[in-house]
Amino acid sequence: MKSVFVYCEVENKKVAEISQELLSAGKRLAQKLGCPLEAMIFGNDLNNIENQIAPYGVDTLFIGDDKRLEPYRTLPHAALATEILKKVDPQIVLFGATSVGRDLAPRIASVLNCGLTADCTILDIGDHFDKKEKKEYKDLLYAIRPAFGGSIMANIINWDMHPQMATVREGVMKKEIFDENYKATVEHINVDAIIKEEDLVVKIIERHIEESGVNLKEAPIIVAGGYGVGSKENFKHLEDLAELLGGEVGGSRAAVDAGFIDHDRQIGQTGTTVRPKLYIAAGISGAIQHRAGMQEASLIVSINNDPDAPINKIADYVINGDLGEVVPKMIKYYKSNAK
Amino acid sequence: MRPLKIVVLAKQVPDTRHVGSDAMKPDGTVNRGKLETVFNPDDLHALELALNIKDRIEGTTVTILTMGPKRAADIIREGYYRGADFGVMISDKRFGGADTLATSYTLVKGIQKLAPFDLILGGRQAIDGDTAQVGPQCAEKLKIPQVTYVEEIVDIKDDEIIARRRLEKGVETVASPFPCLITVHGSSPACRSRHAKKVMTYKYARTDTELKSKSTDEILRLLHEKRPYLTIPEWSVEDIEAQIEKIGLSGSPTKVKSVESIVLTAKETKVLSDSDADIEMMIKELIEQHTIG
Repeated sequence: MKSVFVYCEVENKKVAEISQELLSAGKRLAQKLGCPLEAMIFGNDLNNIENQIAPYGVDTLFIGDDKRLEPYRTLPHAALATEILKKVDPQIVLFGATSVGRDLAPRIASVLNCGLTADCTILDIGDHFDKKEKKEYKDLLYAIRPAFGGSIMANIINWDMHPQMATVREGVMKKEIFDENYKATVEHINVDAIIKEEDLVVKIIERHIEESGVNLKEAPIIVAGGYGVGSKENFKHLEDLAELLGGEVGGSRAAVDAGFIDHDRQIGQTGTTVRPKLYIAAGISGAIQHRAGMQEASLIVSINNDPDAPINKIADYVINGDLGEVVPKMIKYYKSNAK
Repeated sequence: MRPLKIVVLAKQVPDTRHVGSDAMKPDGTVNRGKLETVFNPDDLHALELALNIKDRIEGTTVTILTMGPKRAADIIREGYYRGADFGVMISDKRFGGADTLATSYTLVKGIQKLAPFDLILGGRQAIDGDTAQVGPQCAEKLKIPQVTYVEEIVDIKDDEIIARRRLEKGVETVASPFPCLITVHGSSPACRSRHAKKVMTYKYARTDTELKSKSTDEILRLLHEKRPYLTIPEWSVEDIEAQIEKIGLSGSPTKVKSVESIVLTAKETKVLSDSDADIEMMIKELIEQHTIG
């Protein structure tokens, strides 16, 4: 049957943020295609989990509820997912580009012998005319992603080996409830009938998952630094400014790689995508990977001593200068002007 | 502990970390000739992990397997310089244009020719595509478990390997039986440097194609006759018994419909100096708009 299908991640009875984003994106595709949205979720103790999923407009939800399914392990999840996908035969399947989705999706794509596009930032539906075969293909998934170090955006399609699968970056798709009262048909999977002993050979011995204290996504103001900040000490200026404005400090990948700032504060394609009211970019040149994670900020201020830094092109204010001088001045004039 | 037979999957990639302005052609396509090639960074971490196991367990062997154009023989030599025991290249024009599905099929045909093995190691992802798909796809085709994003091998027993995985929000330690496939995260130790003695030994390592090249010195050919270990095996479609419809472009479900260079949309930008007056003006405007304050 023609449908859009989403693999949902769950931990401790809570559907992951990325999966809610995917359901929203999946619903938009399903509406364009005029087809149902379906989803699957595998975990432990999932009573009433459909209440978290159906409001995104899910028509059918497949639930695998078994203590062996949480925490996530590749083989049992792959076994269940392939079984369901073979049966349902959807047109499009979406996964989060998370450590779970990027581990699972390729394994499934290999079993199903189908195409998989990684780390998409845009999904759309469109047609394709193949010049070689002189044939028009309708309603294909356009899986669009930055490629080649971010210097190009590539539109990847797959017309002959179904389903069309993609993993999607976290924080890129907008999350929106379709209908609070939407009713999904729930199908409980007979886990024992599908999972074999050899699917359980990998054992989890220890697990430390830290809920990061940093919530960049929700911060209304972000002061972000790049490699141009120069040192961990110089980041102190940015922290001072962020604290004063009631915001959070973030960093580009280069700043994280250089050890100026912690990994959980990374903004960009690999990292968190943010949409704050104000984004102050200090010493950030603005590679596409970084811009992909912040360009939807309502207002962007760039502080850079390179007047040609790419980020200046998307900034509302560009301050040409050294951030070591500019940031303290911003602090000073905020203090003297704010009520 | 029994010695292990390890295969390291490695790829030669264009250095996308240093894309210059000449890396794009005017039509918006990538000018691969203008990009330097490097040993994929994550794959170097995988090589180090393999060599580390070799240090720990006497008798362990490390074989580097790469697929790529003729010049990818550099990857095998680089592997030798750092301590790999053997190297094999899968190279044939018909493999070109492969996506991750066709690539994993091809690599698996090569791995099967190298069987039996205990452990397949590879980088988490390659910097030219960042997909992280080839590892899991190879594991599935080999019907063996996969352990992805590994940063440390915690322990090796006769029948299982215990590894710590780096996840987005933490770490996880898992035990997997042999044989298995591990993809290695960039947070693992960096690869050891070249070993001077090994460089002396292997700098004359060549593939047959390289030996046949007109520019190759006759003395080098004679040296290869005396030291056959210097000849890097080069496998074609026929050598690995690959089905032609499963390789290259025809074996690749994903196709690039179009590429677009990134063009920045200009917006109305106020350009300011770092003077006190300019900065105070901006702060006042931001406060007036209720963006801050």
